[in-house]
Amino acid sequence: MKRRSFIKKVLNGTIAGSLYLVWPMGGEGIQIPEQIPGIMGKEYDILNQEFAFIVDVTRCIGCGSCCVADKREYNVPDGNYRTWVERYVKGFSDKIYVDSPNGGLDGYQHPRKDIDEKIRDTFFVPKLCNMCKEAPCVQVCPVGATFKSPDGFILVDEKRCVGCAYCLQACPYSARFLHPDKKVAQKCTWCYQRVRKGLLPACVQVCPTKARKFGSMKDETSEVYKILKGPGVLTVLKKEMGTFPALYYKGARREVI
Amino acid sequence: MDAVHSPTAMLISNFVFPNDLHVHWSMMIVLYPYITGLVDGAFIIAALYYLFDVKSLKPVARFSLLFALAFLCCATLPLLLHLGRPERNFNMLLTPSPSSAMAGFGYIYAVSMGVLVFIVLFVYRPDLVELRATSKGWLQLLYRALTFDSIDLSKKALALDRKIIRFLVGIGIPIAVVLHGYVGFIFGGVKANPTWSTPLMPVIFLFSACVSGISAIILAYIVIRKVKGRSIDHACIKTCIKTLTLFFILAFTFEMLEVFSHSYLKSGYHHMVEGLLNGPLASSFWLWQVKICSVIPLFILGVMAMVTIKNYIYNFTAAVVSAILLLQVLIMRWNVVIGGQLMSKSARGYTQFHPEWFDKEGILAVIIVMTIPFIILFVLSKIFPFWAADSETNVK
Repeated sequence: MKRRSFIKKVLNGTIAGSLYLVWPMGGEGIQIPEQIPGIMGKEYDILNQEFAFIVDVTRCIGCGSCCVADKREYNVPDGNYRTWVERYVKGFSDKIYVDSPNGGLDGYQHPRKDIDEKIRDTFFVPKLCNMCKEAPCVQVCPVGATFKSPDGFILVDEKRCVGCAYCLQACPYSARFLHPDKKVAQKCTWCYQRVRKGLLPACVQVCPTKARKFGSMKDETSEVYKILKGPGVLTVLKKEMGTFPALYYKGARREVI
Repeated sequence: MDAVHSPTAMLISNFVFPNDLHVHWSMMIVLYPYITGLVDGAFIIAALYYLFDVKSLKPVARFSLLFALAFLCCATLPLLLHLGRPERNFNMLLTPSPSSAMAGFGYIYAVSMGVLVFIVLFVYRPDLVELRATSKGWLQLLYRALTFDSIDLSKKALALDRKIIRFLVGIGIPIAVVLHGYVGFIFGGVKANPTWSTPLMPVIFLFSACVSGISAIILAYIVIRKVKGRSIDHACIKTCIKTLTLFFILAFTFEMLEVFSHSYLKSGYHHMVEGLLNGPLASSFWLWQVKICSVIPLFILGVMAMVTIKNYIYNFTAAVVSAILLLQVLIMRWNVVIGGQLMSKSARGYTQFHPEWFDKEGILAVIIVMTIPFIILFVLSKIFPFWAADSETNVK
């Protein structure tokens, strides 16, 4: 092939290819189904929202899908965790063995081999930000970088955070970490950016057993509303800290901290 | 929470929350309360002379002020080295969050610095006026600025100076108390950490601050005078040691009271505190902080208080006991700051801390940060003479 014709063909190909970028391909027709009713396509009334997160410990199978989804959604640096899953093993002697290798990111595919006694029970406990109504992290942040949004989310403004790590000390649940590159505090946000679009948090969406539930408490038809207003027993973590979490646990055993 | 009351069941797995493996407040946050403590203690010595008329402290009173100033200049250094985004540090002053204890630091620090600088300038004014007359060039210009271009050394002016100094030292005491009590509250206000979360924390920090500062003044005074081949004022050392004894008894009592309270009240996560003190901190707390650096100095101070000792032995012992107590307070800060973070909030296990050499919060950085105040002190000594001209009159 001559150089002239080669360049011609490359140019034609480039022009033709670039048309694909501007030509309407019908993609706008694809609609993501609404996951949290009443938000998508409507004006978001930030002052009139209340959300709740429920973790059903009896349903969690420790697959680690939630952790993978979270890591992909936020590019969470290795060794730090916005959410993690703990494995509780209870022996017949009532001893409790807890572990969370790599935050449960790889799933619990093998039983623990370092336990000598007979096992009575095993269960998994997913952990994430508790979105406390009386959040210690908000209280201690010296510059107001960690704040509570009017719709009840505890968020971190990365452009304001000074990286003092006081919030890491103050969080009773150790749900925060200092980003090793950005040098600012980070934590689970219950996927605020998704919620504002009417989408479920990434971990809730991928959970194969519906162990993680999220929804609006303003919507009486939502699952979380029904569970929270229903007769079932729910608990929160470290109640004695007086943080009043908006994250509730269903079926969490008394050993869970 | 029944499980919390069953220590063996809790600790069996030594489970640490994944985000708790790393100790976030490391050696710079050990240094920060240590440095502010040195400032506070040194200021107490000056206050005893300038406000409470403890005349025997005259030889060290001026030096204490300069010592406090040199260290106060460096109090923010460890914090800046610790911050992930130090370039944003002024956000704490510009847009502070009123609910945060930490947000108050900039203001408390600035006020402390302002008051201390003015005390130094007024205390040194007669010397500075004299030095201005004898110096030349830029040094004369400096002295002119430091004396606010006033050469009035009349009785009336000096009497006014004394009044101003008393007033400044008077307000300086509560400011110093707030500065260091506040540092203690930074830790005491963290309810998530069972060893920190006690109202005793500011009190412990305050008394141990006085201990470290007074010890530093005694040691520095003796060492500098010895190196310079000048005599040591025994009466001054004796008063310093008596003051040190009082503050150390208070500090040690409250330190032990805190441990006793945890063990007696058996509240919340007491098993984690007990496990910490008897496990990862067994050596640094019980052996070093309590036995070697507290019980031994207490015994020595007791002997110094009750037995008549020859002056040179007394002074030597004073230097030794001060050095041990300086170490005690440093170890205490370590045990509180680093030790407190070794407990995972899982209430089931302890993490580990391995100091690094070349990290920005590493051992080398610690050495540099602790060297800078002495360089500043050296520079200050060239501008403000440490010892008054009549300091040799009381010498025995």
